[in-house]
Amino acid sequence: MNYMILIYSDPANEPAYGTPEFNEMMAGYTAANRKMQADGVIRSGDALRGVETAKSLRITAGKVETMDGPFAATREHLGGYYIIDVPDMETALSYAALIPTAAFGTVEIRPVMNYNPTGNPTGN
Amino acid sequence: MTPQALLSRVLSEDRGRLLAALISRVGDFQRAEDALQEAAASALVHWGRAGVPASPTGWLLRAALRKAIDGYRRDTTLARHRDAIAVLAEEEAAEPDPQTVPDDRLRLIFTCCHPALEEKTRIALTLRSLCGLTTPQVAAVFLDVEATMGQRLSRAKAKIAAARIPYAIPGPEDLPERLNSVLTVVYLIFTAGYAQGPATGTDLCDEAIFLARLLQSLAPDQPEVEGALALLLITHARRAARMRQGETVALSDQDRALWDRALLNEGLAILDTATARRRPGPFQIKAAIAALQCQTPADWPQIAALYLGLYRHETTPVVRLNLAVALAEAGSLPDALAILAALEASLTDYQPYHAACAEYFARAGDLTKAHAAYDRAVALATPADAAFLSRRRAHLAKKKAEHDARPSPTGRYEGTRARSSSLREFK
Amino acid sequence: MKYMLTLYAAPEAEPAYGTPEFDAMMGEYFGLEEKMKDTATFLAGEGLQPVQTATTLRKRDGRVETMDGPFAETREHLGGFYLIEAPDLDAALRFAAEIPAARYGSVEVRPVMEY
Repeated sequence: MNYMILIYSDPANEPAYGTPEFNEMMAGYTAANRKMQADGVIRSGDALRGVETAKSLRITAGKVETMDGPFAATREHLGGYYIIDVPDMETALSYAALIPTAAFGTVEIRPVMNYNPTGNPTGN
Repeated sequence: MTPQALLSRVLSEDRGRLLAALISRVGDFQRAEDALQEAAASALVHWGRAGVPASPTGWLLRAALRKAIDGYRRDTTLARHRDAIAVLAEEEAAEPDPQTVPDDRLRLIFTCCHPALEEKTRIALTLRSLCGLTTPQVAAVFLDVEATMGQRLSRAKAKIAAARIPYAIPGPEDLPERLNSVLTVVYLIFTAGYAQGPATGTDLCDEAIFLARLLQSLAPDQPEVEGALALLLITHARRAARMRQGETVALSDQDRALWDRALLNEGLAILDTATARRRPGPFQIKAAIAALQCQTPADWPQIAALYLGLYRHETTPVVRLNLAVALAEAGSLPDALAILAALEASLTDYQPYHAACAEYFARAGDLTKAHAAYDRAVALATPADAAFLSRRRAHLAKKKAEHDARPSPTGRYEGTRARSSSLREFK
Repeated sequence: MKYMLTLYAAPEAEPAYGTPEFDAMMGEYFGLEEKMKDTATFLAGEGLQPVQTATTLRKRDGRVETMDGPFAETREHLGGFYLIEAPDLDAALRFAAEIPAARYGSVEVRPVMEY
């Protein structure tokens, strides 16, 4: 079963680049990545650039409208994600707890949709 | 006994066990519950026509397995369920006997109390699944509309299935935390019953004690389970003495002849067993505090030390408030007042906080501040607590009028301790 | 350059499962994915189950706190994402405009961090 782990944090609470705390956080990410790889659960994962680089787009009456900035202005920003393949929510939560950002931000865990050939969305 | 009466007795006694067995076989909470519901409906028809079976529980289990197979067959995406149907058919053919199938209720309670579910949902799901309360009864506990509660319960079951919350006893690494989540639900059910009394038609205290005893039998040798059960029994033993004519009675003023000695002694013995295992935890500490409070005179320095220990497990303002009360009673009034001052912002709407302030401001000789604190506490209190607090306030006013700056410190307000275990603590 | 396209929509604005509109939408998604694969644009993509299945986790003072529900309650919910390789933002935006969710919701396009 695939779960998406979404990582949110307030940039003001993140350790600054170049500080020992930043290096510690990066080491925490490296350790989490290594564990997920060693356990064979990671399918993908990326960090995103800051929300100031985001563009949002919607189509209204057939017309494409683009807007500067993220879809929603929240105090905590989406900063990255993982997709992991684990047996159940319990296991997914245990990997989510390894993510350093969980200590100053928020991590959301959601099961990924599987589409069978008839397009019926199911959880399995 | 009429089939109807027999069915409701079997369901009230064995619903949890049947449901637990069905979920592990059917593999889906909602399908298992639907199957049991349908089996109960056909039991009424069959038992009325063909007579009552020798093992009504066994009959229900087999019928529910057949209903679950029917349920999978009705599903349009049959191909996905072929394996499930085959497994269930085999189970059904083996004529399972509920007396010999393993008791799966421990797995069920860990699922119902999973931290991925909202706390209120955990309580509701546990009452519905393990205690056999009907949805209207669960709704009444929360003063909710039945339809709203029904939605909450079905959303929870949908999440359990979709997010794949495991139907399993957690491994050793996760067990302490997950067990704490389960015991917290049991404790919240108990404190809700303690606050409401049996007014809603369901005695939640009895349900909580039932759950704690069930956990003790299914997960023996767990000191925290024993601690929780001991805490419930010790507190429940004083039930008949805690109210007099609609008014809360302070622990020190309670008529001890009204205490249930058998229940109290059972609780104390279980607490001894737990502490002998030398694996302390928050529920054992709370039980030890409850036990010490039953002694005369209470050993306040020891109680203060225990609250300090509890604070390491539960860093909540309510635990600090109780620590302040214990310190004041142990003779460290300045320390207590310092803690109370620091808690003002976080407990501003918490009645026991203002009741404690009133008591200890008065003891420190600041009658004006004490009076204001009583006003605030009375405004926030339930009628029974308000009656008690108003009398304390009147007593203080009389003292003030007599220019006596030192009111007697008797009659410590038990509400502080009792409410420390209320829902707020776990927010 | 890698971009992440995140899809947001209000559940009531989406075509309902079982309707012809739903089937048409799924057809579009499958078509778009094929097209992304043909042009070596597609890196990854998933749809997420509804927000009611979400669990949120924080760690404070070393203790894990879990909550029922998504990170933030918004009218439009995160429903899925694509990770694509595109030469520039305009190319990424062109793909974003082909995503059905852009019509009844929003698509956010953000460059992925390169270390």
